[in-house]
Amino acid sequence: MLKDEDRIFRNLYGFEDWSLKGAKKRGAWSGTKKFLQKGRDWIIDEVKASGLRGRGGAGFPTGLKWSFMPKESDGRPHYLVVNADESEPGTCKDREIMRHDPHLLIEGCLIASFAMGANTAYIYIRGEFIRERERLQAAIDEAYDAKLIGKNNVHGYDFDLYVHHGAGAYICGEETALLESLEGKKGQPRLKPPFPANAGLYGAPTTVNNVESIAVAPDILRRGASWFSGLGRPNNTGTKLFCISGHVNRPCNVEEEMGITLKELLERHAGGVRGGWENLLAVIPGGSSVRCLPRDSCNSLNMDFDSLAALKSGLGTAAVIVMDKSTDIIRAIARLSYFYKHESCGQCTPCREGTGWMYRVLDRMARGEAEKREIDMLLEVTYQVEGHTICALGDAAAWPVQGLITHFRDVIEERIDQYSANPKPEGSVREPAAAE
Amino acid sequence: MPKLVIDGTEIEVEDGITLIQACEEAGVEIPRFCYHERLSIAGNCRMCLVEVVGAPKPVASCAMGVNDLRPGRDGEPPEIRTNSETVKKAREGVMEFLLINHPLDCPICDQGGECDLQDQAMAYGVDGSRFVENKRAVEDKNIGPLIKTIMTRCIHCTRCVRFMTEIAGVEELGMTGRGEDVEITTYLEQGMMSEMSGNVIDLCPVGALTSKPYAFAARPWELRKTESIDVMDAVGSNIRVDTRGREVMRILPRNNDDVNEEWISDKTRFVWDGLRTQRLDRPYVRIRGKLKPATWNDAFAAIARKVKGKKGAKLAAIAGDLAGAEDMYALKDLMTRLGCANIDCRQDGALIDPAMGRASYLFNSGLAGVEEADAILLVGCDPRREASVLNARLRRRWRAGTLKVGLIGPEADLTYQHEYIGAGPQTLSSLASGKHAFFKTLKAAKHPMIIVGSGVLARGDGAAILAQAAKLADAAGVVKRGWNGFNVLHHAASRVAGLDIGFLPGKSGLDTAGILKAAKAGKLDALFLLGADEIDMGSLGKTFVVYIGTHGDAGAHRADVILPAAAYTEKSSIYVNTEGRPQMTDRAVFPPGDAREDWAILRALSAELGVPLEYDSLAELRSAMFDDHRHLALIDEIQDGDDLDLKKLGAGSARLGKQPFTRTITDYYLTNPIARASAIMAEVSAMKTGLGKTGTDG
Repeated sequence: MLKDEDRIFRNLYGFEDWSLKGAKKRGAWSGTKKFLQKGRDWIIDEVKASGLRGRGGAGFPTGLKWSFMPKESDGRPHYLVVNADESEPGTCKDREIMRHDPHLLIEGCLIASFAMGANTAYIYIRGEFIRERERLQAAIDEAYDAKLIGKNNVHGYDFDLYVHHGAGAYICGEETALLESLEGKKGQPRLKPPFPANAGLYGAPTTVNNVESIAVAPDILRRGASWFSGLGRPNNTGTKLFCISGHVNRPCNVEEEMGITLKELLERHAGGVRGGWENLLAVIPGGSSVRCLPRDSCNSLNMDFDSLAALKSGLGTAAVIVMDKSTDIIRAIARLSYFYKHESCGQCTPCREGTGWMYRVLDRMARGEAEKREIDMLLEVTYQVEGHTICALGDAAAWPVQGLITHFRDVIEERIDQYSANPKPEGSVREPAAAE
Repeated sequence: MPKLVIDGTEIEVEDGITLIQACEEAGVEIPRFCYHERLSIAGNCRMCLVEVVGAPKPVASCAMGVNDLRPGRDGEPPEIRTNSETVKKAREGVMEFLLINHPLDCPICDQGGECDLQDQAMAYGVDGSRFVENKRAVEDKNIGPLIKTIMTRCIHCTRCVRFMTEIAGVEELGMTGRGEDVEITTYLEQGMMSEMSGNVIDLCPVGALTSKPYAFAARPWELRKTESIDVMDAVGSNIRVDTRGREVMRILPRNNDDVNEEWISDKTRFVWDGLRTQRLDRPYVRIRGKLKPATWNDAFAAIARKVKGKKGAKLAAIAGDLAGAEDMYALKDLMTRLGCANIDCRQDGALIDPAMGRASYLFNSGLAGVEEADAILLVGCDPRREASVLNARLRRRWRAGTLKVGLIGPEADLTYQHEYIGAGPQTLSSLASGKHAFFKTLKAAKHPMIIVGSGVLARGDGAAILAQAAKLADAAGVVKRGWNGFNVLHHAASRVAGLDIGFLPGKSGLDTAGILKAAKAGKLDALFLLGADEIDMGSLGKTFVVYIGTHGDAGAHRADVILPAAAYTEKSSIYVNTEGRPQMTDRAVFPPGDAREDWAILRALSAELGVPLEYDSLAELRSAMFDDHRHLALIDEIQDGDDLDLKKLGAGSARLGKQPFTRTITDYYLTNPIARASAIMAEVSAMKTGLGKTGTDG
């Protein structure tokens, strides 16, 4: 278990003062100038050495990403964009950072921007986050007033930070759709290449990072890369915010060491699965987009990128959605499928047409109104979507369905058998998986 | 130059092209819906997925640049597979997704037989559907009288959106909603305000956007296709005339990169119903004030009575905007034989003097020359209405950046940003004397252009305006080695050919204004109008008027004898476009009723008048014409213009007027007799004049 002194987010629960005064007491903004004086390369090397992997879901090494930015400007400005469009179902970690420890994020923005030669950074915040935006803006104003950021600040590096409020579309969490939206256009993902590091916001070199990735950067520098890389498991280092929801006794957010076992995570911090570990049906370990895992795979499961990828699932945003045996797993996944159908931007064919198709078949399957051969057809449709789209939303829509069919095919077949034995029991009401 | 291996064959391709282009060069066809060479890349249909060896996922070949591919570990060229199992699966998958919500109503769809989706489903799809849910239905949109929408068929390739935004420059189409609820719409369901909107019909790969006037009229396989040339403006757009039996069913563009690329204007595309209505299909003779149907012999006899034996100086002829070169050549020949020098092809009275050399009245840079221009001054011309296809080129050049456009004349929404310099001749002369800031822009430009609208030359001070423009061109160095940026933009299809063959007043002959004056004063015995309808018929007095033309328009109403002739789709004729490019139309259908080709009418008439022309066939006429004007024989080639003597052209002593320039074309859709006979044109005209600004103004 993570020791208290190793925690980065000391005010995760908002028990203490969020403001600059409180943040400084907890160590924020200390030594920042010193880090900048050590230069860009030192910061990037330090972040690389820490082994920090992006906390937004894909787990791409953060230091490496920063190093993709051009070393010298060719006349275009550089930008840092912080992705605070936290919309992945089950995920609620960035929100806590922004409202309880905003200064860690702001400090991280300054350091990351400096490391990439950006004088401007944008925080693209989710449309539904009203109070969070107000709190974040208040913190930024404090930082400006204290001359920590802005023109002629105490750190000697001109830096402006803007909060941009989104309109609440899931797809705007995709980095290129986010850039489109930030530019004032319709939030539709761009074709890659060119990657944002070459042509991003307004055609200028841009790096898009998750809130958590940026917010941990100052503490990595303060405590040293070796401290961070000493935590967790090889290639999956450091601490991570886990968001535990669903059928546990005490749903919570918690900062833990990477690679902690799922069982320990749930039992120590969330009061265990409702009705005991034996009552566990399945877990979606990384936000709605990853494949679910049945209890058998969960018994000694390490919660990190590589362990979960080995099971064809993923750490994603580390939003652990726990489902006990009372769950109708088909309906649960059908509901997720509805979400992806609703949030597909409609730009490219497989996702636009495939998400609706998958949802409709699943909706029928949840009621048993399907043929068994349709299970394989559905699986094939998910493969037709996966990997054929412009952005990863297509993959994200396909994976939960694949997880369901891989692990719970027997449940679906049973449901179909039930239905075909007694298609219209008296008094039955058609119940769709989601209100359309 | 990067090397690639495509399906096992190594090829070297140009830098900067995309994978789909590279595959095409390698002779491999890649299916596509959203990709179009002349539009930006959307990459959204996913039909063009190919396998790049080593890449984790199939790659959209339309969006991947060849330079973005990495060579293999040992430097071997990147390998692309377009016929692997992965690619086949990907195509089948995309095809299935496109079809699940696409109505399978091909039997009642106008796109049937020329539908990309249909063709590619045959080639790359599977035979059955696994989709058993309800299909999506989308409400149809009303986007005006030209384009019919059946939006359920839409596959959201966004070609139409990109065309309207990028090429037409009228941001009226867009995609609203998201996910499977996305719809292509004009937001407010208003008619599209572009002169180029019809091109979305060709671009639409399915039957979502089809031609409204052509709806349910014909199937592509029953149409006879004739390659021809458009005469609605002086661009000379290359067209294909589709006919069934004796009727023109539709007009489509042909590709010609130097002229119209693959676009045509709405007037060109939809004017075909005007070819059927108001047609003159038999000769008429005016008897006691009323036009009565007559035989050819009666009509010729009536003319002979008035013309035979009369003095040449008391005869006159004016050629209209749609006349072919052969027709004008024959008429000129006839008038010369009658001893008449009062002929003019400039029915608007444009004061263009071919004595200054051919280069003084041509679009010397060439239409494609716009691509090179970096500063353009428009003098009293509105290319959007006078040459819509050229305007699309100007807009593309402007979008590419670094093009500065200045406008003298009535302010207009050109679909691109321009500097409004002034309203009339004074501005032009202050520019010519180097006082205005835009002069510096022109002077500094590497490839400056001045485009003089033919409308301003029709003013009383037209010659002086041309002289001022030439003076400015001289001072700003618009004509230099390897670059001639002095341009006249005509809007009459017949004009350049008329000037080329010298359908102009001979020695002591009268020009259009002179002819009208003489007619009013009763000094003329007879006036021949070769499809000339835009002159003031009220000022013809009691003159005996012979109208040779196609439509019951102004000229026919005034005429004393009507000789029914052939329209541009009904004859093979040479037209020279504004850049001096001779192009030939072909006969797609026969003229209606008793109507005959113009040259044949003139040949027959000449015999009646006792001065027979010396050719009995079109071939003989052409060979005579080519003897006199060799360059007309070089179809589709621009004869190098003679050196333009700007000093001489600019030396004119005529006085500039004070009136500001006015619009040359007041109603874009009703500029000629064919368009005025078209119900479709009338409807669009009514819609456009009934609505205000386009929203892209200023």
